[in-house]
Amino acid sequence: MLEIKGLTAEIGGKQILNGLDLVVPQGEVHAIMGPNGAGKSTLSYILSGRPGYDVTGGTATFNGVDLLELEPEERAALGVFLAFQYPVELPGVGNANFLRTALNAQRRARDEAELDAPSFLKLARAEMARLSMPADMLKRNVNVGFSGGEKKRNEVLQMAILKPKLAILDETDSGLDIDALRIVAEGVNSQRGPEFSALVITHYQRLLDYIVPDRVHVLSAGRIIRSGGPELAHELEAHGYADIVASAA
Amino acid sequence: MSDTIDNATIDTVAALAEGGYKWGFSTDIDMEMAPVGLNEDIIRLISAKKNEPEWLLEWRLKSYAAWLKTEEPDWAMLHHDPIDYQALHYYAAPKKKAGPKSLDEVDPELLKTYAKLGIPLKEQAYLAGVEPAEGERPQIAVDAVFDSVSVATTFRDQLSKVGVIFCPISEAVHSHPELVRKYLGSVVPAGDNYFAALNSAVFTDGSFVFIPKGVRCPMELSTYFRINAKNTGQFERTLIICEDGGYVSYLEGCTAPQRDENQLHAAVVELVAMEDATIKYSTVQNWYPGDANGVGGIYNFVTKRGACRGDRSKISWTQVETGSAITWKYPSCILQGDGSVGEFYSVAVTTNHQQADTGTKMIHIGKNTSSTIVSKGISAGQSNNTYRGLVRVLPKADNARNFTQCDSLLIGDQCGAHTVPYIEARNPTAKLEHEATTSKISDDQLFYCRSRGLSQEDAVGMIVNGFCRDVLKELPMEFAVEAQKLLAISLEGSVG
Repeated sequence: MLEIKGLTAEIGGKQILNGLDLVVPQGEVHAIMGPNGAGKSTLSYILSGRPGYDVTGGTATFNGVDLLELEPEERAALGVFLAFQYPVELPGVGNANFLRTALNAQRRARDEAELDAPSFLKLARAEMARLSMPADMLKRNVNVGFSGGEKKRNEVLQMAILKPKLAILDETDSGLDIDALRIVAEGVNSQRGPEFSALVITHYQRLLDYIVPDRVHVLSAGRIIRSGGPELAHELEAHGYADIVASAA
Repeated sequence: MSDTIDNATIDTVAALAEGGYKWGFSTDIDMEMAPVGLNEDIIRLISAKKNEPEWLLEWRLKSYAAWLKTEEPDWAMLHHDPIDYQALHYYAAPKKKAGPKSLDEVDPELLKTYAKLGIPLKEQAYLAGVEPAEGERPQIAVDAVFDSVSVATTFRDQLSKVGVIFCPISEAVHSHPELVRKYLGSVVPAGDNYFAALNSAVFTDGSFVFIPKGVRCPMELSTYFRINAKNTGQFERTLIICEDGGYVSYLEGCTAPQRDENQLHAAVVELVAMEDATIKYSTVQNWYPGDANGVGGIYNFVTKRGACRGDRSKISWTQVETGSAITWKYPSCILQGDGSVGEFYSVAVTTNHQQADTGTKMIHIGKNTSSTIVSKGISAGQSNNTYRGLVRVLPKADNARNFTQCDSLLIGDQCGAHTVPYIEARNPTAKLEHEATTSKISDDQLFYCRSRGLSQEDAVGMIVNGFCRDVLKELPMEFAVEAQKLLAISLEGSVG
């Protein structure tokens, strides 16, 4: 369970999160929507531990563990996974090598047995088949020369292999065509279960047709101003943010 | 395996064990050294000690005369205190050092290698210089001679079966004088440069390799197995000759940090490749870089050159340089034969206060020659890293091809990376490509890796190895694995 209470945060001295409260019970998928500049990406970076963001108040715990005290790699070992909005390229670093090293680093941190290369490949190929990803993706360098859609699919592949407990998807749907969208959604949905929670950050209702959320929250000016069931997303699609933002001010 | 172990075997590998893998220095030193300074008498002494023939002494003296006439070069982007050449010892007999008390005290890496060679434990103990119990054979002072290495016994047979000669050059002078005389100085003449002249005058020892016609050397030759590596560190001289259709892969150096009280290392390496021959020369160097303030490190001023004499011959240089206070070297290829190929793959890492001015020269002389240069410079700390390269196409060198890629990676904001490429094309059919990039390890890349579970150190190591991949994949496998680890280790603590 993810529990955020009164979170305030700045970047470069500028206050972005203004007392954010959010609870995502275990096994649920919650959507975060909101106007640009609301703080959605900031929230995702703070939860995953990106340097440069200063938490000035409040708490964020995952299964009772204080997330904000941990290094990024420690949060990963705990089961936090961020699917980046703009995945970065790692020249010369093979995708398979990267994934296996990451997976084994997490397993080591959790005192689990590491996977050898053949076992890893077996696992990776199985996941890729399920996600209809071409086998050669493993041979390429991480995100190098990948189209936008391929990068997003690579994020979902990483998620499928690392099997996180809390996945944060930062605008995973941007830049995807319908088919890619379905594949990504399938990748997320196939993880769903009692051990899996997710925060899906998106602008558009469309993704939520495929990844049906348990709850939808509207984030504006650094706070959650409205929460509801999946129908809230339809309402936003129909009317936009203006009314909701205005009534919360 | 016989019960009696060659004395020299003990000597040799004792030298390796303590010289190569231990940091500390023993206090009971028993050493014979010539007085400091360099003059004709010292050179005669060196030559006499090695029992050299007259022609070699003459060669040394001529080189010395040339050295006296040359001025120390200062055009590189390097700064160091002036070297007092009269304050160095140019001849020192090996030292006797206190050895380990048991195999437990021996570097496990060393033992692993012995195990790989199938050497039984008892012999390992002798090889590693473990002090024998009372009443057993006493440990003998190091006076290394190669041909008695039992470490090498297992593969020496294979080598001699096919006619490959691999021995110290001091031995080759006696066993194959005609070869040495013919080729020594033929690629790097004494007059070539200041340090080559000095080396030619006072060189101590080094490798001699001869591959006969049509022979593919059955294993990689490594200086690890060439004895008295410890003694030759200062002015090492290596000569490798590969006849028509021959192939050899030679590995120099090791990843364990090499400490040496001699600060100046001015080696000369000459390679000669005949028709259809291939020489692959790989170096992994981790000489002591000095303390965090750069004090006391080794100066690695090396002249390495390969002559592709025969048509379709090929010479490739691969180097991973992470040590030394100052690295100054340009392994080069003279592409004389038609269709000959030269390659240079390099990773040079500098951190703290290290300096490197390194690169290559590819001289295209024959027709249809081609060369490839891939240089990866990584700077961190307050170091300075310079790539200096020359691609020269002579007027008669039709259809010459060159591809050069020099990339610099900066870590932190206090280091420097410089690129000084020279391109001289005097034939209009030449096709030369040059690409250069400069980049930093971005915070985004680091965070991306960490968010997947990698520690900061592992993330830097992974990104750096990715950066260097094109070079690392040219290294023979064992070297490549060690080099990757070495890269990660040498950059520990450099980010953040």
